[in-house]
This record gives sequence, structure tokens and C-alpha cells, in this order.
Amino acid sequence: MSIEILDPVAEAEEAAPSRRRLRGLGVIGWVSIGVIVLALLLAIFGPIVRPFDPNLSDLSFANVGPYGSHLLGFDGQGRDVLSRLMEGARTTVLGAGFVALIAVVIGTTLAIATAWFGGKFDATVSAGIDVLFAFPGILLAVVAAAVFGPSLFSAGLALAIAYSPYVARVLRGAALKERSMAYIAALEVQGFGAWRLCARHLLPNISSLIVAQGTILFGFAMVDLAAISFLGLGVQSPQADWGVMVAEGKTGLLQGYPLVSLVAVLCIVAVVAAVSFLGERLDAGSRDVRR
Amino acid sequence: MLVATLLVASFAIYGALYLAPGSPIAALTGGRSVPPEVLAQLEERYHLNEPFLTRYWLWLTSALHGDLGESIPLHEQVSTLISQRIGVTISLVLLTSVIIIVVGVGLGIVGALGRGTVDTGVLFASTVSAALPAFAAAVILQFVFGVMLGWFPVLGTGDGFVDGLRHLTLPALALAATSVALVTRVTRTAVREELGREHVQTAISRGLPWSGVVQRHVLRNAAIPITTVVGITIASLIALAAIVETAFGLNGLGAYLVQAAQNKDFAVVQGISLVLVFAFVITNVVIDIAYALLDPRVTLGSRAQ
Repeated sequence: MSIEILDPVAEAEEAAPSRRRLRGLGVIGWVSIGVIVLALLLAIFGPIVRPFDPNLSDLSFANVGPYGSHLLGFDGQGRDVLSRLMEGARTTVLGAGFVALIAVVIGTTLAIATAWFGGKFDATVSAGIDVLFAFPGILLAVVAAAVFGPSLFSAGLALAIAYSPYVARVLRGAALKERSMAYIAALEVQGFGAWRLCARHLLPNISSLIVAQGTILFGFAMVDLAAISFLGLGVQSPQADWGVMVAEGKTGLLQGYPLVSLVAVLCIVAVVAAVSFLGERLDAGSRDVRR
Repeated sequence: MLVATLLVASFAIYGALYLAPGSPIAALTGGRSVPPEVLAQLEERYHLNEPFLTRYWLWLTSALHGDLGESIPLHEQVSTLISQRIGVTISLVLLTSVIIIVVGVGLGIVGALGRGTVDTGVLFASTVSAALPAFAAAVILQFVFGVMLGWFPVLGTGDGFVDGLRHLTLPALALAATSVALVTRVTRTAVREELGREHVQTAISRGLPWSGVVQRHVLRNAAIPITTVVGITIASLIALAAIVETAFGLNGLGAYLVQAAQNKDFAVVQGISLVLVFAFVITNVVIDIAYALLDPRVTLGSRAQ
């Protein structure tokens, strides 16, 4: 999935300002926050509190449904599905978090640097960013898997690099606007250094936009990372991961045992939907504030 | 700019795979030790003894002639391997694009023009499908329409046009899910916005026929943002097709790229990546042209980056 697709929505919806204010979160907003908190708790504590060993396989229990303390039953290799879900939350959720974080750090740095220095530096970096736009995230991740071997690390790094130009482009505009403000010029005249000005004034003033971008990217990163693991080029089976579980469950699904795949899909979709709902709210809010 | 982007992109693709650990000689010989004259022969044949830039230049110039080199493990021309599979990918992307345009734009217009229940229904449907990534939609469609209802085949490419279309239906729907939702929402917002404009309200209040006003003033102006979002989503399908092709066992370019990446078949990865990036860039150019045709205020080449 490409992140490009968000901007037209934001732009088109921006034009209908009456609806797009950050009002109370509403029921959906609170449910979304609940889902995200639960996902984060699972990602941090899931591998510790899971009831069974996620890799303990007993083929005599293959594809057996919910049974006793095995609340979600067993997968095609007789492993406890609930434990694998809890174990897999870590790579799926935290992995996506790291991807979003790295992309935001790279993107913000580029945006502020280009806005601050302008001129040839800006032109060169912007040209480089244009070239990066020619690589969809998934393609970059597949190439990275070929070069470095398939792993969560190579997939995550490739995605972070593929996302950063989008962040840079969105934030560069805001940073440029901030840069041209009178207070920055005033502080510059007083002899404050560029580093201090950027860190103390420019960065905090575009922070709401940065948080919104990060949240939106987190949703995309989760989808893309899970997709790459589903393709077999990210987290490697038998390690538990929601994307890997969707792929592992596919054989069972085609034979009429859909539980593993569908449960993993449900977890991914729930978190992604919650994140993108909140991300859009934050984005609309940060744009309104900036107006 | 276009040529420069493609040139840099091709260099990046070639360079990245050049840096990959593991020598192609090892892949050729399967790890056996071979006499030095055979080694020299192999190096000569695959230009492995040339410096990097020469090899890149050889690769690029022959790529322009349609020769993308040879898959070392398969001993086959990459261009042959690609041409055997590109048809599936093109059909998949085309069918998906048709679904996105017809369903997405259609639902968006219906949602914007109809109020109340219709609009709520459209919004709800688009919210649900927006949260369905391609691989999730693939798994759900396979289970519901393949395993439970048995209406469509869940794996393989099929033979002939009708059977092929039957095999492509579920993959195209899975690939379209997220994009349809996006196009629906943008269309709905754009049409709503045009409806609220003064000239449209004036035309309606003067008693001009509703359908004429919608066609001439609302849809024509709303077409500009709609074209943008449709173009961007269709361009993104080119890479996403890999996921759906793998999920449905389709013998397309994307699925083959994933396989080649797993098998470290570098020539194939380079060739397919180049084709995909090229298609992606060209699609974006076509969008820009369509944009200029639709909106007389935009002239080609002057669009701010």
C-alpha cells in the first residue's frame, strides 16, 4: 500500500471545514483508543503472559477448535492459536511502530533541513526524493529481501526509507511557512544559531503535524509489514507474527479450517482501522489548528 | 526529468543487487569447486569480470533493446520469463482498475447525491473496505466465495478468456478493496463540494434541470480530484499486485518477483523491478496528462512539485 493515497483525501476533505474539526472523540474514537492500547499492551506483555508455548506443536491437535484452556483452538500444526497471536503482536505492532518512527525521523530531518537551507541543497534533496517516489514501498522491501535476505529488519528498513519522502514532502511545506515567519527572522538577528532555532522553535511548532503523520504511517506500516511477512519476505515462519499466521493458516482455510487466518486478519484489521481513524482525526485537527 | 528518474532508479536497482552478498558464481556452480578455466569461461559469459559501471552500462543498454539478461539458476532469458507472465498482471491490474472506477466513482456519486440512508450505507461500506488490506481481503474472499459458497476458484490462472476472468474475479476484488473505498470517499466529498458552490445553487434555484446541472457543472468539476485519486490508486496497484498474485497462486510478474527474491535470482529481480518502476513512472505521467486535459488551468510541465 502506498501512502500517497492519503493526501487527496486530506485535501478534498479539508475543503469541507465544518465537518473536520476535532470535536469530542465519540464512541468510535474511544473504541479506537481502546483497541490501540490493547494492541500495545499485547505487544509489550503478550510474549510474557501468553498461556502456552507458541511453537509447541502437537500434530494430533491439528486444526482442533476451541478446547478447554485453549480458547482459540489449534492451528494446522497443532500449536495454540491464542499464544501465537499474543507472541506475534510484538513483531507486528512494535515492528510497525519502529518503521513509522524511523520514517518520521528521517522525513522530518530532511524537511527541516531543506526548508532551512533552501537553495541548491533543497533542490538536490528534493530531486532525490522524487526518485524515491518511483519506488513503491512493497517493491523496495522485496528488493531488500533479495539483497539482505528476508527478515523483519530488511523489510522494516526498506519500508521506512520508502515512507520518508512522503513525510518530508508534507512537512517541508509547513516548515517553509514557519521558516518565513517574522519571529524566526527576529531570533536570527539576535544571533541565535540555526540548530537551536530549529530544535526549540521550528520543530515544536510543527509537532502536531508530525504526530499526525506518524500515526497515519503506523497504520500503513502495519499493513505493509504484515503483507511482506505474508509473502514470506519479512518475519520468518515458524516465528509467530500476525502476517505470518495469515499465510500459515491459508492451507487450513482452503480445507475449511479458516480460524487461524481469519483471527489474524481480524487482529490486523482492527488495529489498522483504529489507527487510521485516529490518524485522520489528528491530521484534520493539526491542519485546522495551523490555519 | 522523467528520463533522469528512470536512469537513477535503474542504477539504484542494479547497484543494490550488485552489493548483495554471495557471488553468482557460487549459484552457477552450486557451490562445487570447478577448474579455473571453467570459472574464467563463466565469468566471461556473464560479464562477471568487468568493472561495475561497465556491467551496469551493458545491462542498461541491452535492457533498452529488450534483453534483460539471463536467469542464472534457470538458464532462461529474463525477458522471456517476464513476457510469459506479464499478461496475467496486466489483466489483473486492468480488471481491478475497472472495478475501482465503476464501483468507486459510482458509489461516491450515489452517496453524494442521495441523502440519508443511502449516504450512510455508502459511508459505512467504504469505511469497512478501507480497513481491508489486499491480503486480508484475499483470505476472506477465498473463504467466503471459494470455500463456503464455491462460486469462484481460489487458486490458479485458468485457461481461455471466460475461465481466466473467473479466476481473476476474486483477486481483482481483493486488490480493489482499499482503493474502492478511497475513491468512493474522495468522489463523495468532491461532488458534495461542487453541489454546494454558488453557481450550482444559482443554476438549481433558477429551475434548470437537475440532471443537466449535475452533469455539466458538478461532475465535470468534480472529475479533477477524482482523476487524481483514481490515477494514484491505479499506479499503486502495480506493486500491490504481487500480494494478491501470491495469495491466489496467479502466475504473474509480482508473484514471480517474490519467488525470485526468495531464490536470490538477481537477474529476474532486477528485470521485474525495472519493468514495475517503469510502469509506475509511466502511469504517473499519464495521470499528469489526463489532469491537464481535464483542467484547462493546468499546463503540462508547470505543475508545482
